[in-house]
Amino acid sequence: MSNIPSELRYASTHEWVRNEGDGTYTVGISEHAQELLGDMVFVELPEVGSSVSAGEDCAVAESVKAASDVYAPIGGEVVAVNEDLEDSPELVNSDPYGDGWMFRIKAEDASEVDNLLDAEGYENSIDEE
Amino acid sequence: MSNHTALHAKHLEAGAKMVDFFGWDMPINYGSQIEEHHAVRQDAGMFDVSHMTIVDITGAQAKDYLRYLLANDVAKLKEKGKALYSGMLNEQGGVVDDLIVYFFDETNYRLVVNSATREKDINWLNTQAEGFEVTITERPEFAMIAVQGPNAKEKAASVFSDAQKEAVQDMKPFFGVQAEDLFIATTGYTGEAGYEIMVPVARAGEFWDALLTAGVKPCGLGARDTLRLEAGMNLYGQDMDETVSPLAANMGWTVTWEPAERNFVGRQALEQQKQQGTDKLVGLVMTDKGVLRAGLKVRCEAGEGMVTSGTFSPTLGHSIAMARVPASVGDTVEVEMRKKWVTVKVVKPSFVRNGKSVL
Repeated sequence: MSNIPSELRYASTHEWVRNEGDGTYTVGISEHAQELLGDMVFVELPEVGSSVSAGEDCAVAESVKAASDVYAPIGGEVVAVNEDLEDSPELVNSDPYGDGWMFRIKAEDASEVDNLLDAEGYENSIDEE
Repeated sequence: MSNHTALHAKHLEAGAKMVDFFGWDMPINYGSQIEEHHAVRQDAGMFDVSHMTIVDITGAQAKDYLRYLLANDVAKLKEKGKALYSGMLNEQGGVVDDLIVYFFDETNYRLVVNSATREKDINWLNTQAEGFEVTITERPEFAMIAVQGPNAKEKAASVFSDAQKEAVQDMKPFFGVQAEDLFIATTGYTGEAGYEIMVPVARAGEFWDALLTAGVKPCGLGARDTLRLEAGMNLYGQDMDETVSPLAANMGWTVTWEPAERNFVGRQALEQQKQQGTDKLVGLVMTDKGVLRAGLKVRCEAGEGMVTSGTFSPTLGHSIAMARVPASVGDTVEVEMRKKWVTVKVVKPSFVRNGKSVL
């Protein structure tokens, strides 16, 4: 069973969201997602300063197996992206909840986070796949 | 119900991620496909290829039969143990399968054919054998392990007996020899030196463990695919099949036209294709971000084509592919990727040999 930290929220499309406590939210993909994709070879990230809406495809995780869209779990402005992924996309595999984070969003409407799954809900959604 | 090779339990022991491969439950990787790929390019890796089909062809007319069955000519084989790569064609000049044939003497040969095509191949071998005095025998009592990489031969030798070491000493590439209980061949599907070793099923697990102890890294089908593609080797069912001429699959070199009086299955159709001209299989190189994938559309001034195999090349750090395109293709083509047309370079379909780029 893959690791699903309980302090994070999740989208059914396998992104995780961490509340940084300052109105910004860090986004990455779950351990389960990186396992499904296999070794990551490129990660295409959104532009800092661009605005995204919840459910919009805004990044691409390309692995040896396939290219997968990464969706913004909540809407807002992209305030940071993980530039280390440019040279080390494998961080998404080795540390999906830490150094493998993808981008940070300044939420437009923080209540959108409440629409996301908690760890248990996400685990159930994986089990149903 | 899926088939298991003799090494199935060993894969699970090594933490393999298993997938269905044409009815066989096989390892796709043991953690990281890219690390396994590098192990083969830089050191030594091993693959369970026991799912492949070993068939012995024996009898007074074994040679005549194979000269009729195969587009390459086994009459070229003079030295005991020498191997030959060939396509096996249908009457329309399409590829039924590609295979390796080992020569022992003119009444005794061994074929290694693909696993995905096992049943079709066996039926085909039997059908074409009509009128020939030959015996066709499958050899499921062998498992097969490919040990590949710059240090593969040295590491494999450390688990050989003295007699086996002596048997493979100075063996040139593309030969095979029976040495005690092992059939050891200097063949492979990675572009590196190494062996493909047939081992009796009963001893397969023990032999795998010995290689593991000798420092040979288990590698899955994922790495096998990226390695063969870097080496510019075709994958049956992807780069060619029954509807594709060998001339359009970079297999022209495996067709032996002389002597003209040798009739082989598909010859007539092939001569016509040669006269009319066919598409060709080329290599593609994309140094920008993104990965070329099988099935993507290709276009160039001369017409349209398709990517037959594509991947990220771990050795080169960018994407490579094989594509079937019109023969008069230029130095670049456009590939449709995620709704955009991207210009990529056209090269000969060979990218990496012996650990180094050949671009």
